[in-house]
Amino acid sequence: MIEVDGLTKKFGSFYALRDLTMTIDGGTVFGYVGANGAGKSTTFSIIATLLQPTAGEVKVDGISVTEKPHEVRRRIGYMPDFFGVYDQLKADEYLDFYGASYGLDRIERRAAIPKLLELVNLEQKRYEYVDDLSRGMKQRLCLARALIHDPDILILDEPASGLDPRARVEMREILGHLRTMGKTILISSHILPELAELCDTIGVIDSGELKAFGSVRAIQEKLQSEKLITVRVKGDIRQAITFFEQDPSISRMDADSGKGTVTFLYRGAEEEQIALLKKALTAGLPVLSFAEEETDLEDVYMAITERSDSA
Amino acid sequence: MKEMLANPVLVKEIKLRFRNAKSFVGILFYLLAMGIFVLGFIYLETSLGGNGFFRPDDSLLLFMMISFIQLGFILFITPGLTAGAISTEREKQTLNMLLTTSQTSFQIIFGKLTASVVFLLLLIVAGLPIYSLVFLYGGVSPGQVLGIMLFNFLTLFAFGSIGVMYSVLTRKTIVSMISTYGTMFFFAGVTAFFLLLSVQFNTLSAQGTGPLSPISYFWGSINPVIVLTSLLEPRMGQDFYEMTGIDFPLWISYTVFYLLLSAASVSLAVRRLRVNMHKYK
Repeated sequence: MIEVDGLTKKFGSFYALRDLTMTIDGGTVFGYVGANGAGKSTTFSIIATLLQPTAGEVKVDGISVTEKPHEVRRRIGYMPDFFGVYDQLKADEYLDFYGASYGLDRIERRAAIPKLLELVNLEQKRYEYVDDLSRGMKQRLCLARALIHDPDILILDEPASGLDPRARVEMREILGHLRTMGKTILISSHILPELAELCDTIGVIDSGELKAFGSVRAIQEKLQSEKLITVRVKGDIRQAITFFEQDPSISRMDADSGKGTVTFLYRGAEEEQIALLKKALTAGLPVLSFAEEETDLEDVYMAITERSDSA
Repeated sequence: MKEMLANPVLVKEIKLRFRNAKSFVGILFYLLAMGIFVLGFIYLETSLGGNGFFRPDDSLLLFMMISFIQLGFILFITPGLTAGAISTEREKQTLNMLLTTSQTSFQIIFGKLTASVVFLLLLIVAGLPIYSLVFLYGGVSPGQVLGIMLFNFLTLFAFGSIGVMYSVLTRKTIVSMISTYGTMFFFAGVTAFFLLLSVQFNTLSAQGTGPLSPISYFWGSINPVIVLTSLLEPRMGQDFYEMTGIDFPLWISYTVFYLLLSAASVSLAVRRLRVNMHKYK
């Protein structure tokens, strides 16, 4: 379990993090969403004992990162957003070095390395120089490195950044497998949809402030008072446009005469939504369909950050 | 001790260093330079000098010249090898991963410093056969050679520690290099200038009566070239004692000073390698 309480980090007068509070349960996958510079890497760096907080506290399995950083390091596997490799080491030597650095003896390292290489689909590359591996392979090798001491908690900062679609899918499969192993995984990404299916909870951070925290569904319900609705009508859509334009709860209307659709954002409760449909039918609109569009994590994120921008 | 030598950073650094052709080329050029100098000197003395033989006095002169050249190499190479120890990891973006392992800051610094020192020791040991040529002609005792070796080791360890310290304190390797070379230049060059100044000042103020001059002694005792000279030519050491009025072996002061400097540098590097998570409390 990771408890973050009032975490604040200042660089000079700039607040990188401001009073961040959240609790991530053990064995769950936490997705951390935010634009570049929002504060994701700063949060992860503090949890990984690489950065000193200005105020607040972080506890990993009840152990304070500020009081016992050495204890915390044993419990976490950290994969930074940008990382380099020792170009003249082979893949197994690379893992062996980090295994030794985590205090594993030779027997433990010899047992762990083939398993990890198999987990990240790199068993064929065991004796190849790390520098000769592709970007995706290096990312996977770095993930194996973070797992070498079998930590309970994995902190993965943008693990899929810069990867092609295939490599991204492979990374997602590996993370899915780690999830079944009961690891607590903290993962950040700005490619939002890839987190949705993987995460139990998400946190949305913007300008150093946690804007939302909870399950994807809960956040959608809590924060999205505006729904995206598409209405398809038969024939000329001008009548439909005129009708919906008059409703004050409707904004951002978009019409497609070819498809015969009118799409708009609707602010109102479900009962009001039903009343709107009834009103449209009573007004004689030839409605073929009236449907609420599915929203994904990206829509949620955009809604949250737009709201904070306008505030 | 076994645990210290089984240090993962040390093992990795040695492995990487000896997979790099530059290390072998470096040793090759070092030995070539030393070899050309020694053989050239012997050739000049025996053939062109007109004697047709090599006297023990010449052998001592050769030994002194080799020692100065080797000290020059050490002062020149050590900053280059150590000043990038940590900053290179930072620039290659491998440092954060290293810092999140269970290794203590001391283990990391010890591994980095020892790997560089070991390589420099290899350089010195590889040059021993050339050094030993002076034994062929007499004039130099093995004890003298051993003494110079220990002096060289202390010097490279001290400047290596300073290099590693700068590589922790500065973000860029180039800044660390400049700082380390600057420090080396201060100790090897500027201190000699300060010595001259203090001697002049002392002479003028005391009107040549030669009173006690601890400042002059201090500048001389931390200058590697002056201390090496006193080791190679004890008479010059005696002159120095008479000049400063302090009859205390320069090499002891030098050893104490550089051991303290090394300890301070390593200590600072260890403390500053990782952020102090307690500090804000």
